[in-house]
Amino acid sequence: MFKYFEPNKIFSITSKAPKYVLLLFIIILSIGLTEALVLSPEDYKQSHSVRIMYVHVPAAWICLGIFSVVTFLSLIGYVFKIRNFFLISKSLAPSGLVFNIIALVTGSIWGKPTWGTWWAWDARITSMLLLALFYILYLIAWRICNNDEKAFKLTTIITILGIINVPIIKYSVDWWNTLHQPASINILSKSSIHTSMLYPLLIMTAAFALFSLLIFLMKYNTELIKIKNKGLDRL
Amino acid sequence: MYGRKVKLRFFFIFLILIILSLSVFLILKSLEENVVYFKSPTEIQTLTEINKNKIRIGGMVKENSILIDEKKLKFIVTDFKNDINVTYTGAIPNLFTEGKGVVAEGYLKDKKFFLATKILAKHDENYMPPEVKSALEEK
Repeated sequence: MFKYFEPNKIFSITSKAPKYVLLLFIIILSIGLTEALVLSPEDYKQSHSVRIMYVHVPAAWICLGIFSVVTFLSLIGYVFKIRNFFLISKSLAPSGLVFNIIALVTGSIWGKPTWGTWWAWDARITSMLLLALFYILYLIAWRICNNDEKAFKLTTIITILGIINVPIIKYSVDWWNTLHQPASINILSKSSIHTSMLYPLLIMTAAFALFSLLIFLMKYNTELIKIKNKGLDRL
Repeated sequence: MYGRKVKLRFFFIFLILIILSLSVFLILKSLEENVVYFKSPTEIQTLTEINKNKIRIGGMVKENSILIDEKKLKFIVTDFKNDINVTYTGAIPNLFTEGKGVVAEGYLKDKKFFLATKILAKHDENYMPPEVKSALEEK
């Protein structure tokens, strides 16, 4: 199965793709921001501070999604000894951390005018902070391991520890009394967000996903160059 | 199909996941008291003794219950089964209104009276433009 991961072939894609992704990201982001900041209506209750949500919620989604993907790839990579999956995970994680921090900061900015406090130690917010710490732990683990094999093991263990936290983040608002409100968007039941507010949210999510893809491609490209310099012919 | 090592590694990861989820579940279950951010009025009624420590209560602000006299703000927190009277002095968040969620931090005097030192407005999961809201109310 190693033949599918020829660095040269992948490299030719990852070195060219970023500029197209960047272009697409700028287009989608400008549409998303126009929708979110100008065209979308204000909320009946929180008026214009609802616009923070268009950054906060997509950022939180993406950071949860990235952590799940990183964990999945690490586990598969560990069981089947696929080196490439670890490199993909390693390249994905930084943008996850960035969005995690964005989610925490924008949440705090939204919390002050809405709740009346910058920070509350409720289950949702605390578990989200915990996820950021896991991201940091994961990224540090890559730095401190000189040996690749060691890094693969250590990062896999960190992702396993961290992934337990992900369903807790998701369901914290349903399981316990929290200051944070429950999810507005449900796949199975009717969403409690008006469609005029849902569309900007989805466009912003697409824009953030593209940003993650862009950062990922650039990081991954660097990893491939490192491998090339080591003179390895396969991943 | 797969080597013995692969199977062992799979089993290893699988076991770690099961053990971790179970232990986290047990820990959270036993810590439930502390994980909740606030208690509802009904939970306050079931308390056997009143704690002197600072606690948080939460629920809906009862309709027509907000009273402002001199420098005191009085209102009733309800979960539609039980009520608690809250007295408070200080700044209130913008979203604090009747019929909406609230979390009050402070001290219980008895099971029906609460002296708040801080008030937070709880936002619900409904997002809609004002026109939609007024259209809904007309129905």
